[in-house]
Amino acid sequence: MGSRASTLLREEEIEEIKKETGFSHSQITRLYSRFTSLDKGENGTLREDQVNFRGFMRTLAHFRPVEDNEKNKNPPTTEPLNSRTNKLLFAFRLYDLDRDDKISRDELLQVLRMMVGVNISDEQLGSIADRTIQEADQNGDNCISFQEFMKVLEKVDVEQKMSIRFLH
Amino acid sequence: MAAAAALLLCALLIFSGGPARASEETSEASPAEHEVSGAGNETEGGSAHGEAVITTLPIVSWKWEEVEVPYLVALWILVCWLCKLLIEANHHVTEYIPESALLICCGFILGGMIWGADKVQTFTLTPRVFFFYLLPQIILDAGYSMPNKLFFTNLGGILVYAIIGTCWNAASLGLSLWGCHKGGAMGDIEIGLLQYLLFGSLLAAVDPVAVLAVFEQVHVNEVLFIMVFGESLLNDGVTVVLFNVFDAFVTLGGAKINAAEIVKGIISFFVVAFGGSLLGFVFGLLISLLTRCTKKIQIIEPGFIFVLGYLAYLTAEMLSLSAILSITFCGICCQKYMNSNMDESSVQTVKYAIKVFANGSETMIFVFLGISAIDKTIWVWNTGFILLTLLFIMVYRIMGVFFLTWILNRTRLVPIEFIDQIIMSYGGLRGAVAYGLAVMLDETKIKEKNLMISTTLIVVYFTVIFQGVTLKPLVQWLKVKRASHSELTLIEKLQNRAFEHTLVAIEDISGQIGHNYMRDKWNKFEEKYMSWFLMKPSARKKQDRLFNAFHQLNLKDAMNYVDEGERRGSLEFIRNEGAFIDFKKKFDDEMSEAMPDIMADMSDDHGRAPPKRRDTVPSVSLELHEQSMRGNRAAEDFNSHHLLQQHLYKGRKQHRHRYSRSHFDINKDENEVQEIFQRTMKSRLESFKSGKMGVAPPKTITKHTKKEQQSKMLNGKNRSYLSGDEDFEFSEGDSASGYDASFPTRVAYRAGDGIENPAFMPDVDPSSTMHIPPWLADVELDSVAPSQRAQVRLPWTPGDLRRLSSLRTSVRSSDSFQLTDDRQGDRDELPPPPPPPPRRDGDSV
Repeated sequence: MGSRASTLLREEEIEEIKKETGFSHSQITRLYSRFTSLDKGENGTLREDQVNFRGFMRTLAHFRPVEDNEKNKNPPTTEPLNSRTNKLLFAFRLYDLDRDDKISRDELLQVLRMMVGVNISDEQLGSIADRTIQEADQNGDNCISFQEFMKVLEKVDVEQKMSIRFLH
Repeated sequence: MAAAAALLLCALLIFSGGPARASEETSEASPAEHEVSGAGNETEGGSAHGEAVITTLPIVSWKWEEVEVPYLVALWILVCWLCKLLIEANHHVTEYIPESALLICCGFILGGMIWGADKVQTFTLTPRVFFFYLLPQIILDAGYSMPNKLFFTNLGGILVYAIIGTCWNAASLGLSLWGCHKGGAMGDIEIGLLQYLLFGSLLAAVDPVAVLAVFEQVHVNEVLFIMVFGESLLNDGVTVVLFNVFDAFVTLGGAKINAAEIVKGIISFFVVAFGGSLLGFVFGLLISLLTRCTKKIQIIEPGFIFVLGYLAYLTAEMLSLSAILSITFCGICCQKYMNSNMDESSVQTVKYAIKVFANGSETMIFVFLGISAIDKTIWVWNTGFILLTLLFIMVYRIMGVFFLTWILNRTRLVPIEFIDQIIMSYGGLRGAVAYGLAVMLDETKIKEKNLMISTTLIVVYFTVIFQGVTLKPLVQWLKVKRASHSELTLIEKLQNRAFEHTLVAIEDISGQIGHNYMRDKWNKFEEKYMSWFLMKPSARKKQDRLFNAFHQLNLKDAMNYVDEGERRGSLEFIRNEGAFIDFKKKFDDEMSEAMPDIMADMSDDHGRAPPKRRDTVPSVSLELHEQSMRGNRAAEDFNSHHLLQQHLYKGRKQHRHRYSRSHFDINKDENEVQEIFQRTMKSRLESFKSGKMGVAPPKTITKHTKKEQQSKMLNGKNRSYLSGDEDFEFSEGDSASGYDASFPTRVAYRAGDGIENPAFMPDVDPSSTMHIPPWLADVELDSVAPSQRAQVRLPWTPGDLRRLSSLRTSVRSSDSFQLTDDRQGDRDELPPPPPPPPRRDGDSV
């Protein structure tokens, strides 16, 4: 989708996105205009990574607030993108850069380094990383798998902490 | 014991009820109390009132009048607190009935006793005492321990409930009662519309004291709690305004009220509410600034919050602003900066002192609420009025809450559930504030003041007692989400922070300015300007939350160590306490750092390790961490910090395997471990000697080394003071010990694990001079138990300890220095090391 023609959003596309992500019509159009304003190169994608609008929406869909009543009306066949598990999966992928489904110590260190202040030395960071892994790691492989990640965060109110209100 | 306390109470009160006459502080509002009845009068009868002529030198004299006021105050405080003691003695009663209700009942009993003695109620809860001496500390505590993040996240909702909800309550109650009055339901009473509105406004407000008292035993989820509690605090702004406005209107009379007055009323709301908050905020900043400079007077540092908080309250009262709002925001604002600026011990002091005051006041308030009821003069019964009031309060509360929640839920990220709303409406308790306001009514203007007081009291009792008792079963029955006990874990903190960042980014990407964006902006502003202004530079560097969490966890683990060590080996530690003190003085600095742990151990109780002990131990761990933190933050003692951090939680793989939770490797090479133990003891003895310690009794020395061993397990930092070849093994030992909190001293023997230093290998076979205790080897072998806990426990059975101790009092020589010398000689003769066993290699990769 590199042509200018794709800058216009077609109805079918909107419907598809709606079904996939759960956004409402107005939200999708609004986000589309945002996408185009971000898309400086006007080639239908963001940055070199070629995130197209569908991908954009899919990512954003993770952050929709969790709604229980949706399930009652029509239970979706696949899990909605903004379910708790999927949210956690998204968070997990933030750490797991090499996509091997495990957060290794180095990956954790990278993220940690970004998140703590500059006052923390590397050894301390290493200790923090080790301890963090120790807290979550159950099978002793010194990495955090997605299951372990979910288990250790079960008390965290992910639904609230990883949702934003999308304007209509 | 309970009976004794009860007797004491009776005696105190009858006695004090007698001599207590006019001009005691707590009885301003009660009418003529110059009754000369009851016991204890005789003592007063002919006693000199100070001016009587004396004819001879009195050896002792009775000076009641001079001490009367403070004496009574102190006595009443004591009595109230003894009531609390009585109540808490029966824990299974407090399971069902909240303490506040029981305190009110105690108040009834006490009031009855005094009434019986005096025939008037000499002690009642006067507004002045309540508002000036009893309420401020409770609110200060509420503000100081307010979870700021939660509060401000839900601030919108809280404000909606506080302002709109309270106004609705007041208006609806006043108008409905007036309507019923017109309809004739209440018989013949002289209350006009304005007075009804006044009455409505004083009863409208949810009371923070009552909410705190009842909700603290119920443990509902935090959002629900903060909503109700925040509402109860912030509605004071509205209450004060409404009360004053309607009071003024009543004085002016109905005729003079026109639009201008009403507009002024509305303006006064904004002025009072925002002015009060602003004032509190200013005082909070003052405190923060002050604590920035109080390093030299750490001893009275904790006092400032109390003084300045109280001044905030009084200043707001003086300017007729909302005093509760003022002191609340003072507490909220200064929390963060105070806790960072002040010394750790000061922070603890403030925390506990503020709770003492708050809890003590709360107790007194409830007791006096009960006492005040036993007063014939105030009771006017009007069935219609009272019952209708009760009914309307409940109904309008429910209506108000549901309606407002419906509005709020349309804008909230996580809607407030239906069940939570039920609890919120049921938890709208009225309390002493309403009563205080009612007593403050002017009876010349309001003829039916007593009716209002009676009704208020009935409402308060109903909400506190009845609703308080039924709240807990209701919460359980409705399956309300309870507060989750979350332990501090690094990964949660890390993840929370990751979420925060992510959300800000997503908000930015999706092009909207949302909650998170604002919060992020505020955080940046706060970090840049406010913290720079209000926090000590050293404190600012310590700000990182993630690291602080890590620090807390380290502290916790270190304390676990000490506790475990004490519990396991405390029998041994008890002896020779005195000798250690000598040690400390004699030895130079290096050793003294090892000492603190032991000193703490020694001075503690035998054998038990109750959780409370943590508080006596903190000097241990705090010193431990003060060292590490000082090293960290000021980079003075980089060694200690470096070593502590590195070796307390360093995750070297070899130790990971050894000390993982899931599997358990046994050190097969016990002898080597013993060797290490011996060697380190040796080196210590050497260094003691070299420090020119002189002739310390051998027994204590050896004991010290053993303790030191232990303490060295705890304090990685000590490594820097050990002789060079000790370092490596102790680094291993310490990191091993560091990893698992349940490893107090066992580690000593584990020190052999993963130790690369080949120099120790040859000592595997104990030479004749190596005094490896066979029992230790046995113990090692026996410790094949899979659980590390079991491994931990093993050496520390009393039997083992005794055997260990005999190590010191060995046959060889009682002079451990000599022992050292012997071993020293042996060590020098060690043959070159063989290569380490393959298993070690594999682990050390």
